[in-house]
Amino acid sequence: MTVTHPPAETLSVLDRPNSYIGKTVPRPNLDRLLQGRGQYVSDLELPRMAHVVFLRSPHAHARIAAIDADTARRMSGVIAIVTGRELEAVITPWVGVLSHLKGLKSAPQHAIAVDRVCWQGEAVAAIVAISRAAAEDAMEHIAVDYEELAAVTDMRTALDPATPVIHASLGDNLAFERTLDAGDVDHALSESEVVEAEFVFGRHTGVTLEPRAVVADWNAAEARLTIYQGTQAPHMVQNIAALHLGLREAQVRVVCKDVGGSFGIKVHIYADEMATYALSKLLRRPVKFVADRIESFNTDIHARDHRCRGRICVRPDGTITAFEIDDLTGIGPYSMYPRTSAIEANQVVNLVGGPYVTPNYRARARVVFQNKNVMCQYRAVGHPIACSVTEGLVDLAAAKIGMDPAEIRRRNLIADDAYPCASPSGMKFEQLSHHSSLAKLLQMMDYDALRAEQAALRAQNVYRGIGIASFIEVTNPSAAFYGVGGAKISSQDGVAVRLDAQGSVICQTSITEQGQGSEALTAQIVGSMLGVSMDRVRVTLGDTDNTPYGGGTWASRGAGIGGEAALQAAKALRRNILDVAAAILQSTPAGLDIVDNRIVNAADSVSRIELSELARIVYFRPDTLPPGIRPELMATRHFVPRQYPFAFTNGVQASWLEVDNETGFVTLLKHWVVEDCGTIINPQLVDEQIRGGVVQGLGAALFEKCIYDERGQLTNANMADYLVPMSGEMPDIEIGHVVSPTQESELGAKGAGEAGTAGAAAAVANAVNDALRPFGATITEIPLTPQVILTSLGRI
Amino acid sequence: MKAAAFAYARATSVVNALELLAVHGDKAKVLSGGQSLMPAMNLRLLSPEILVDIGGLAELRGIAMRGDVLVVGALTRHVDLLRSPEIALNAPLLRDAVSHVAHPAIRNRGTIGGSLAHADPASELPACVVALDATIVARGPTGERRIAATEFFKGIYETALSPDELLVAIEVPVIGQGSTFFFQEYARRHGDYAVVGLAARAVVAAGRFSDLRLGFFAVGDRPLLAAAAGKLINASVNPGLLAEAATALTNELDPQEDQQATAAMRRHLATVLFRRCVAALLARPELEMGVAK
Amino acid sequence: MSAPVSVSLLVNGEPIDAFVLPRLNLADFLRENLKLTGTHVGCEHGVCGACTVRVDGEIVRSCLMLTVQAQGALVETIEGVSDSGEIADLQVAFRERNALQCGYCTPGMLITAQDLLKHSPAPDRQAIREHLSGNYCRCTGYQAIVDAVEATAKTRAERGT
Repeated sequence: MTVTHPPAETLSVLDRPNSYIGKTVPRPNLDRLLQGRGQYVSDLELPRMAHVVFLRSPHAHARIAAIDADTARRMSGVIAIVTGRELEAVITPWVGVLSHLKGLKSAPQHAIAVDRVCWQGEAVAAIVAISRAAAEDAMEHIAVDYEELAAVTDMRTALDPATPVIHASLGDNLAFERTLDAGDVDHALSESEVVEAEFVFGRHTGVTLEPRAVVADWNAAEARLTIYQGTQAPHMVQNIAALHLGLREAQVRVVCKDVGGSFGIKVHIYADEMATYALSKLLRRPVKFVADRIESFNTDIHARDHRCRGRICVRPDGTITAFEIDDLTGIGPYSMYPRTSAIEANQVVNLVGGPYVTPNYRARARVVFQNKNVMCQYRAVGHPIACSVTEGLVDLAAAKIGMDPAEIRRRNLIADDAYPCASPSGMKFEQLSHHSSLAKLLQMMDYDALRAEQAALRAQNVYRGIGIASFIEVTNPSAAFYGVGGAKISSQDGVAVRLDAQGSVICQTSITEQGQGSEALTAQIVGSMLGVSMDRVRVTLGDTDNTPYGGGTWASRGAGIGGEAALQAAKALRRNILDVAAAILQSTPAGLDIVDNRIVNAADSVSRIELSELARIVYFRPDTLPPGIRPELMATRHFVPRQYPFAFTNGVQASWLEVDNETGFVTLLKHWVVEDCGTIINPQLVDEQIRGGVVQGLGAALFEKCIYDERGQLTNANMADYLVPMSGEMPDIEIGHVVSPTQESELGAKGAGEAGTAGAAAAVANAVNDALRPFGATITEIPLTPQVILTSLGRI
Repeated sequence: MKAAAFAYARATSVVNALELLAVHGDKAKVLSGGQSLMPAMNLRLLSPEILVDIGGLAELRGIAMRGDVLVVGALTRHVDLLRSPEIALNAPLLRDAVSHVAHPAIRNRGTIGGSLAHADPASELPACVVALDATIVARGPTGERRIAATEFFKGIYETALSPDELLVAIEVPVIGQGSTFFFQEYARRHGDYAVVGLAARAVVAAGRFSDLRLGFFAVGDRPLLAAAAGKLINASVNPGLLAEAATALTNELDPQEDQQATAAMRRHLATVLFRRCVAALLARPELEMGVAK
Repeated sequence: MSAPVSVSLLVNGEPIDAFVLPRLNLADFLRENLKLTGTHVGCEHGVCGACTVRVDGEIVRSCLMLTVQAQGALVETIEGVSDSGEIADLQVAFRERNALQCGYCTPGMLITAQDLLKHSPAPDRQAIREHLSGNYCRCTGYQAIVDAVEATAKTRAERGT
């Protein structure tokens, strides 16, 4: 590990027993999951619970002329059949816009479609029954009279005057447009070699193994709604459910136990989930909705469906003089609520060219409506597109001037001593480490030896490629992401820590756990700061009644923001404990320390009193304490970044693969990542976040694509036809680190959850093109299917 | 997504199963391993009124040599084919093919009879039985009949079986010495249905094919026994002849287009597979070189 | 026509007699009737592997098997193999290697891995990857799982079990 900055002075306290920060320790919640004792929402059953199934539109765009549910209503086991019109009385519609995304527009969306459906899969009616099977039986007997409307499916023609406008009230199909012009691109174009390409990205989706699941339980006697939901942002769900059901937030409790995968899929407000809350209120009983796999494909948000024309200007000496992009994306018929569907394109504009020095950058991004499932934020929002475009262009530029791909990066990446600085798009960088990262990567992969091996194999008709991709990643977002645009999505997080009566620690945090290790890292930080062993720290999360208010876990923010709140809360509790200890021991707080669950002398480490004994005195014999002492064995702290809108991280990835030039099949041989997420709290957890993220990117690179036909029908909405990465085709991934802590927090941690996904596809695409270079083929489209590769090679 | 309601009958014998099929006709579906039927029912793509479960019929199990014919019971599971010494000795093509069929948990339930009766044109075992010149044994109300594998497959999910018949066994002629086998498929991921695949049986003597049966799959609406193989039998195979045969092969293919491949891509991959197969069977790697076009 | 059918089976060693609709698949029977929710449902069409259980000692997709087909069978779930201690070492290896994140694939992954180690005590990494290739994990990228299975194989070989 390379450390570019010495750890902050304040962290020296961590070099002692119970110093878990920076160490690999197993997650405390794993045994439950390993023994099948997890508590996922799909496992939950409540008394009188009913099941809801949604009848979904088979058409991409149609008017609903009539719904005849009479036969279905009379069927055995059916409790209610509810249409959009009927549900409107319980829940209000919403519009997914944010005021800081100037000009972003969308139309009101209903929990269940009213009069018109705008994508294949939009809910038309809810069937509530005693079991899912009974509801599905009844669903087959509902007759809906649809009048099919022309569907807008091709993003390239969505803005043509001849194309129907999906929402007449909006005037056109343009949801959002952003332009940017920094430096002097025209000059760069006139004085440099120019390489141009169109990059095409397949629409894909998250495919969480546990589908979206919610149990809504309206208790009419308490006038309170409890929502059990696999969500990344419980307080956001609480706010929005209350808002649209006409309740106060205090009347809504959101509980989130184990979640079977999220990746951004479960950070949004879905119409069918809103309908489930409303149905519970309407029917005054618990209602459960678990999407089946087909519904997941048709309604979980999609992402990445972009066509981006890019240009790079380069001088013969390798100096990159400008980037220019024109990005187009189709987001479905609505901007998703409440985070909106303009963020992805906005990020593409923010991030293209980000690792490089050139000040000249021109960009346009257009976001259009279409009659397909909605698109929104999914792991590494916008990053894979920006990275693939940028790194694809850099490799094309290198090929154009005959320079090695590693060398052109060395000549253009922002110097490690140039910080703080800003990108042409205005992104502020506190401290990045592109050069040390690249150097480390090249050393890990033994770049020169690999190039020699590649050359030797080519002589034997074996075509292997090396692809490199540098990237930057947005983490630890401040209010700049959503709050400033008017969304009630908290960018701060809170942690409450208390000492219990036996000297153990209870910790409540507003960040959530979907497997990243939120619980572990919180316990590590709290244990370290308090001097308490980790087995005495219990972490509670995912319950709006029982945690401080906060954002949750998304946008690579849990460790950096929630972790810092935990650190500050634990420090405050530590001071409180030492105050009491000093009073009991007739010492001073500065003269004492907490090590291994007991108070010791700071000077000679001699043990003075067990924490359990201190707690016993405080809780049961306060009468023995000196007068005037008011022990406070609980502390709460909140944290939000203020100085930088985002804590940018950086890294670089490389892919080594083989292309069978006769069949077009790609074999991934090895993948490397060097990443700089600042302070590493748990090296194993960071590495596994990166590996998982890389494999999601590899899926995008080779396999994953939602295939729509020209009528707006999703034609591969099942796991046999939508290809996710499986173990057989995935390579081993080697990971290295450079550490540049952020100075904005005492902890110094930045996010790591999305780095893997950000650059993996770009590295693979560059590697495939490297392998195919002897054939003169260049591909700027993912997924890189055998069909695409064989076509590019002219074999078919 | 839950299967629609259906009635269930656990057959107590082949005769009992045939009686049930006679009563219910095409409203019934035979349940063997269920590894293709169950997904379709869970998705409500199929909603039979009654399932006739033959899974308990011991008389349909087992692998045995009868003279120079290997008899494989219809309920023989993929995993049984994979582990059977008789298969390894006498029909290793089946073993090699099965390792490409889905995944272990599926292979533990899926049966050869079910796979053949399902007649998915992209699946491995139909092509194998065609390449092996096997005979399908079917029993119906009027007795047993034998259908050549080459005559058994009639189209996508269509076979020569009538609704009141049950596939009971597969008979594989064993040639013995001199026969060699080749199995390969191009699939997007391990265990996926093939984009194109080839199961082959050959008899090679003195560097020539005295027999060559090439069973292509996923190249049409049923497994295809390639006539083009004939061009290589009793001939001195050279790149020119191979290219000529490859051209003949593309002419007899009628591949479907789907999300994995266009028809043109399937034709191309079939010729690549063809060349690689011949090169492997003749142990002449140089024949593999040189792109078909 | 589709009346409940009686079925008797052993689940994790416990005799179970039940009347079930023919259409009830084994995964739903385990989860909903027996409350053995460690068997997860991910796709219901046999692709994801989350519902993998053992029937008569062999792994199957419980979403692709009817409960009535389990008549007379011994069914073992993650709860059973956990309580018996059969896979305790594998579970330790998974924990130490962080070979799970959200944990939803984990029961199916463990049962499939144990199946491999029973049939092939010293698998190489590619063999592990192939045996697990029908079990989808969106979180880990698989490497940690392969590492944990490989490590368990080695410890078992050293222990001579």
